[in-house]
Amino acid sequence: MKVGVLALQGDFQEHEQALGKIGVAAVEVRLPERLEGLDGLIIPGGESTTVGKLATTFKLIDPLKEFAKTTPVWGTCGGLVFMAKDVGFDQPVLGVLDMVVERNAFGRQVDSFEEDLDIKGIEGGPFHGVFIRAPEVKQVGPTVEILCRIQDGRIVAVRNGHLFATAFHPELTDDLRLHHYFIEIVAEKSRSI
Amino acid sequence: MQKGTDTVKRGHAQMLKGGVIMDVVTPDHARIAEDAGACAVMALERVPADIRAHGGVARMSDPGLIAQIMESVSIPVMAKCRIGHFVEAQILEALGVDYIDESEVLTPADEQNHIDKWPFKVPFVCGCRNLGEALRRIGEGAAMIRTKGEAGTGDVVEAVRHARAVIGEIKRLTTMRADELMAYAKEIGAPYELVRETAELGRLPVVNFAAGGVATPADAAMMMQLGMDGVFVGSGIFKSGNPAKRAKAIVEAVTHYDNAQILAEVSKGLGEPMVGIGVTELPESARLAVRGW
Repeated sequence: MKVGVLALQGDFQEHEQALGKIGVAAVEVRLPERLEGLDGLIIPGGESTTVGKLATTFKLIDPLKEFAKTTPVWGTCGGLVFMAKDVGFDQPVLGVLDMVVERNAFGRQVDSFEEDLDIKGIEGGPFHGVFIRAPEVKQVGPTVEILCRIQDGRIVAVRNGHLFATAFHPELTDDLRLHHYFIEIVAEKSRSI
Repeated sequence: MQKGTDTVKRGHAQMLKGGVIMDVVTPDHARIAEDAGACAVMALERVPADIRAHGGVARMSDPGLIAQIMESVSIPVMAKCRIGHFVEAQILEALGVDYIDESEVLTPADEQNHIDKWPFKVPFVCGCRNLGEALRRIGEGAAMIRTKGEAGTGDVVEAVRHARAVIGEIKRLTTMRADELMAYAKEIGAPYELVRETAELGRLPVVNFAAGGVATPADAAMMMQLGMDGVFVGSGIFKSGNPAKRAKAIVEAVTHYDNAQILAEVSKGLGEPMVGIGVTELPESARLAVRGW
């Protein structure tokens, strides 16, 4: 199994380390040709405007859209924003996940927070969520499943088939359950082909 | 829900990795930086080259200006306070800036003590010239480190010196036996627990950017190849002939720092770089990097 991590900007190394701990080799993707032969892709946290601009300059937008049609993709925080259909800002996004997202929905850095989460499909007790200038999913399309809401009801994890997105950062914790969860999506998809 | 934790303070810097943080003095600059792909901006009244030229006491910028810059972009906004000036830091926290740079570029307010950064909800970045200085700042609560370089010169030589010093000392640390770490901590004046943690990790426990003298895409890529996590560019962009183009090129160079083909491409036709001052021409009294204890 080969899983890529979009390495334009952000905490891609943290995702690579998490994948390494569960025995999956990660490929850094900075140019379109590196998408070839990948079974899945993680879009890490970072500044979504920076990532969008670099993806445009290096002609990654269309190849990524094409990739996401059939191959599992997981976006965390800025990655979730980059996958969304509507982010309310004039910035390049992939638009592959049918949802409306509000960037920095919880406020500025002083409002960044941690909270324990109950995530649908994740066994073994609460998952510790780290939210940094995090986005919020305001609205989802009919086929998108809501996997997690924080205590005040706001949506922070969604899935639509092979596309998965979280507003928080599992890669900043030692808990590998969501990386396992994504790898399971990748394995399922590979088996079905 | 817990706010202002160590994890979210350090974590924010992790989101900036592989990116470029640009000094801006107006909302227009900030928008140019955001359009070029900056991962954050540093809001200032004057870039370091002008602080140098202007002389006198350099202080925290007008909060009104910082607020305007915060309103003009969607990316994180940092701002500088003087070394040891905890009230400037309280003001910046109240403004809601995303990061505070306790910076040697401004005139120090305290010649012995840096700010106790732990009680703040807003994270701090601090400068260093070597591992001891970096670990002292982390010991005081800094959630991000930048090697100092020599700000406002456009000369990368000090940025290289400081990056190599930090990385070289960490390498040395990783080869030491456990029983040598206390003596080493004493030698470099660093907290023992952080020395041990750094030896185990083989890197600083927080994100480490380069700064001070980066003026070209090649400079930025060099700092990345040396092992820095990202780059601050101060005067190098808005003191150059074509800021928008140069800013974009530096962002691209940081992403593709080890791809010489792309570096060659993005370095073409950027116009005049900032004029710059050779650091060797600077008298000791004009050096900013020596500020900090």
